[in-house]
Amino acid sequence: MSVAVLDRVEVDYAGRGRALGPFSLSLAAGGITALVGPSGCGKSTALRLLAGLEGPTRGTVERAAGRGETSVVFQAATLAPWLTAEANVALPLELSGMPRAEARARAVTALGRVGLKGAERARPAQLSGGMAMRASLARALVTEPRLLLLDEPFAALDEITRRTLADDVLDLWSQTRPAIVFVTHNVEEAVYMADRVVVISRGPGTITGEVRIDAHLPRPAGFRVTATFREASEAVSNLLAKGSEVAA
Amino acid sequence: MRRLLEALAPFTLITLLLVVWEVGCRVTGVPAYFLPPPSAVAVALVTDPQSLIEAAWNTLSVALIALAIASISALSIAMFVGLSPLLEKAVAPLASTLQVTPVVAIAPLVLIWAGIDHPERAVIALAVLVAFFPIFSGAVTGLKSADPDLERLFDLYGANRFQRVIRLRLPASVPFLLEGHKVGAGLAIIGAVVAEFGAGSGGIRGLAWRILDASNKLQTARMIAALVVLGIMGVALHALLDRMERVGMTWWRGR
Repeated sequence: MSVAVLDRVEVDYAGRGRALGPFSLSLAAGGITALVGPSGCGKSTALRLLAGLEGPTRGTVERAAGRGETSVVFQAATLAPWLTAEANVALPLELSGMPRAEARARAVTALGRVGLKGAERARPAQLSGGMAMRASLARALVTEPRLLLLDEPFAALDEITRRTLADDVLDLWSQTRPAIVFVTHNVEEAVYMADRVVVISRGPGTITGEVRIDAHLPRPAGFRVTATFREASEAVSNLLAKGSEVAA
Repeated sequence: MRRLLEALAPFTLITLLLVVWEVGCRVTGVPAYFLPPPSAVAVALVTDPQSLIEAAWNTLSVALIALAIASISALSIAMFVGLSPLLEKAVAPLASTLQVTPVVAIAPLVLIWAGIDHPERAVIALAVLVAFFPIFSGAVTGLKSADPDLERLFDLYGANRFQRVIRLRLPASVPFLLEGHKVGAGLAIIGAVVAEFGAGSGGIRGLAWRILDASNKLQTARMIAALVVLGIMGVALHALLDRMERVGMTWWRGR
């Protein structure tokens, strides 16, 4: 069963020409898909199509369109500075008309799940970069989405924080198993987090190929030194190289 | 020690200038109607302080009422205009025309409209006109200042127009509104004084009237005394709003 389908979509931007496509992608429920490609290959555009924030110029998009069924985490935490962490996380629920008390209670639970227990009353300015990202993740998960979209979510963080967060995202995923799509240009991050890595060619983006990673999710300790990890990383790197050749 | 010096520096300079002024007046023997010494101004300040305070209050209250009216009208018009880019395009040239037209030039017209019996209405209206623009332009900019990704999230959450304004655009505009009100308050005082001049003598007994009145009687020390009060009032109001802006920003940012 698929959560969302992009069927031969193309996206043209005025003045810039074709940004993406033709591009087809079907997302299985509970799967974790990484979209990898060079800057400007249209991977963020693909994500916005899945989020319904943008429409395709041609082709069709099928997606879970219900309120809260799709969540997005952007590259920056994108929290409202005037609201506490708790109020930020409760926002999607309150906007959909849930009574305030219940929304706040769920927000507190969600913050606990991402390891931010005790930071409910903190403002975004008082949180570190990693904590703010966690709050953003809690806000995305609070609606219990079927599809979670992450747009280079850890790009602004340091390597250690990135790795911890990657493990945490996988742990969170294993609790409710939403389908996850995330965009990155980091090959290792893609292979570590996804069971399916889709490589996109230099813009306008088309799919160069994809690599499946058959290993347990969440990853066991030491996964980064296994042969599976190394081979998959190499396969993705080769596809990336091929994708840039085609366009050049 | 350094901070104490910095705090004292402006007062030292003022004292120094006053001493130079006083000595200069006494040595040259310049007539008091032309330039009275600071001691004469001080006497003018303390004789009949009641009427001076009354005049200051008349001007200040006009400015504050004008600021309140300007604030409410600028914010509501900005929110209304924010509903559509077309409305904003339609209003923009009118608003900037309003801004560049000198208040002195509009004063006679507004005085006619307010009617000869109600010069105070005209003075308030003119001060509103002056204070309106900084608040309005701050609000228009502020309402558009929300993080575009937050706007996208509101799309995704299916927020309606009302929720978007109340829960996103209005709170996002707070820093711009604080700044707009700070500038607007200063302008409201200037507007009130200029409008009083426009209204002429008699009707409105504010500081401007006092300056005109003293000028007609060649009581230069009283003129300067009124100016001193006006200056102190302006500085105090600015300091107050500056403080409010800082407190507001700390609340908004959370630190």
